[in-house]
Amino acid sequence: MNSFLYGMLVGLVAGLVIALAALVGVWAERKVSARIQLRYGPQESGWFGLLQTLADTIKLVLKEDITPTQADVPIFRMAPLLVFVPCAAALSVIPFATGWAPFNIASSTLFFLAVPALSVIGVLVAGWSSRNTYASIGGIRGATQMISYELPRTISVLALCVLAGSVSAVGVHDAFRWWWLPVNAIGFLVYFIASIAELNRGPFDLPEAESELVAGYFADYSGIRWAIFMMVEYGGMVAASLFGTAVFFGGGLGVRGPLGAVIYAAIAASIAFAMLWVKWTYPRMRPDQLMNLAWKVLTPMALVQLMLAGIFAAVIS
Amino acid sequence: MTLQVESRSATISEDGLPVEELIVNVGPSHPSTHGVGRVVVHLDGDVVVKADMIVGYLHRGIEKMAENRTYLQIVPLTDRLDYVGSMYANWAYCRTVERLAGIRVPERAEYLRVITCELQRIASHMMGIGSAAGDTGATTMFMYAFDVRDRVIEFFEELCGARLTYNYVRPGGVSFDTPEGWTDRVLRYTAAVRADLDEMDKLFFGNSIARGRMKGIGVLSAEDAIAWGASGPTARGSGVVWDLRKHDPYSVYPRMEFDVIVGDNGDAYDRNRVRLLECYESARIIEQAIAQMSPGPVKADGLARLIAPPPGDAYDHIESARGSLGVYLVADGSPRPYRMKVRSPAFCNLALLPVLAVGHTFADLIVVLGSLDPVFGEVDR
Repeated sequence: MNSFLYGMLVGLVAGLVIALAALVGVWAERKVSARIQLRYGPQESGWFGLLQTLADTIKLVLKEDITPTQADVPIFRMAPLLVFVPCAAALSVIPFATGWAPFNIASSTLFFLAVPALSVIGVLVAGWSSRNTYASIGGIRGATQMISYELPRTISVLALCVLAGSVSAVGVHDAFRWWWLPVNAIGFLVYFIASIAELNRGPFDLPEAESELVAGYFADYSGIRWAIFMMVEYGGMVAASLFGTAVFFGGGLGVRGPLGAVIYAAIAASIAFAMLWVKWTYPRMRPDQLMNLAWKVLTPMALVQLMLAGIFAAVIS
Repeated sequence: MTLQVESRSATISEDGLPVEELIVNVGPSHPSTHGVGRVVVHLDGDVVVKADMIVGYLHRGIEKMAENRTYLQIVPLTDRLDYVGSMYANWAYCRTVERLAGIRVPERAEYLRVITCELQRIASHMMGIGSAAGDTGATTMFMYAFDVRDRVIEFFEELCGARLTYNYVRPGGVSFDTPEGWTDRVLRYTAAVRADLDEMDKLFFGNSIARGRMKGIGVLSAEDAIAWGASGPTARGSGVVWDLRKHDPYSVYPRMEFDVIVGDNGDAYDRNRVRLLECYESARIIEQAIAQMSPGPVKADGLARLIAPPPGDAYDHIESARGSLGVYLVADGSPRPYRMKVRSPAFCNLALLPVLAVGHTFADLIVVLGSLDPVFGEVDR
């Protein structure tokens, strides 16, 4: 097939996956948080309130798209796309089956880690172009946080590349051995925590801390542009869960065929659920505590993991 | 204090670049101002250099309105002072009227006042801790606290029909006696609430992120607490042993056995935790009061419909959930007071915010504000 057409197709599918992730993710978040907080959550629209998010999406699409008069208009309008596109691009390199990813490029683990980091620009300019104090603080907080957590997250995945002898996500996925699970335990923890921070989700949701910054960097957005920021949060959550499953658990723990796909989906769903669970249990951290966690705890942990992986790789070969 | 945002001070930094303070206007419509408070915060980077508390957005002139109402008509006005703990303002006002007019209150009414006010303390502290936790992002803790609070509100609804503004404590007694089986249900509640409080203690106060957010934040020394006129959990969190229920005993409190909870460090963590631990003591007091209470009238006999106290003035205060709540009344012999003045603990405690928040980060400002547990109905009056 024409590679340009194929790229368009993958982009379209990735966009749809993000939209679907938001639809299901928002519903799951509402239901899970409700169960944790002695509530019911949505239950009137559709079975178990499944259509609630759809109704909300329709409402958001129909809402007025407000641009503040003070805002830097072109950049303000562009910022949601700058956040959305990297997230969609990241989805296209996740290995979904043995030897197959929508785009099987040689350095796809680095691609997955580096490209979503570009959404920092989107977050920063969204906050800055709003010309709103809260949004600016949120944007700056978001940028510092996402850049800081990029490092431990990358190192934790790098440890897997050392074990697999490949920087391709498909290569890491296919090279999975069961003893990787105990060896990579620290690395997975670092990946999990850093992914939450990358996605600006609780307990690291400082850029959008509603009790301090009202809504943070997207405080001035409304309608579908606001919805895109929300979609990216859930799309990113799905991407991080799928990628974590693919590289840390070899997809379906190395099992092939339909059973492997089921295990793959189950592990990814568990990771996503754990992200919701953590968010609704813990309070939010303070910016300086967040930086301390990234640089003084997670980065050394990731380095230890890298060293461990190196030792094991040397011993095994 | 002006309502204008003052000009920001610009300085030249070490590397020769001009540096300006960032001015953030928090409120009056902001998720964490506990109503309609407004703080103009001057930030140097992320550090608060100045925090101006601007009050008055909920001023309804209740003290002035009281001058045009009869003594009985003022009771519903006092509900609107501290709307999280309406019983206290009811009671403080009624005590002052009773002192002015020389009204004797039946014993059962005193017990009912103690029971409702201690239930109110649990409800109010749950609101305080819950919203303080919500400010740090712990929304689950907020919901748990509101679950405990809501059950108290249901008791009040059974007792007097209202969930927020009770108008329950009246000069000379209380408006209604307890409904059938009410005291048993309250006893079951106090037995069960301890487990809920334990759970909250573990969930929030035992959580390392929450401790990191609150420990060492907004430290108030005992001397400062006294000098600034702080009272209630805000003062007790700093180790000031000052509780009107013990130190200026009123009503039937001398017959109750309970401890005054004090904190060690005077930080946001201690202030919030004192509130939680006080709920255990309130449960103890309620159980003792129900055990000691005997049937009898709940309203004073032969009380005139239109109370007209002899000319004079009186002041009385009680320990509300926020501290020493006092009401001062001047009577001129007519059925309406000449002047009413409320000594609001929320106002006095809130005055500490500009002092406590300086030097902390912007995120801590919200934690400090939450730990002072302001209710703007009482701050602005």
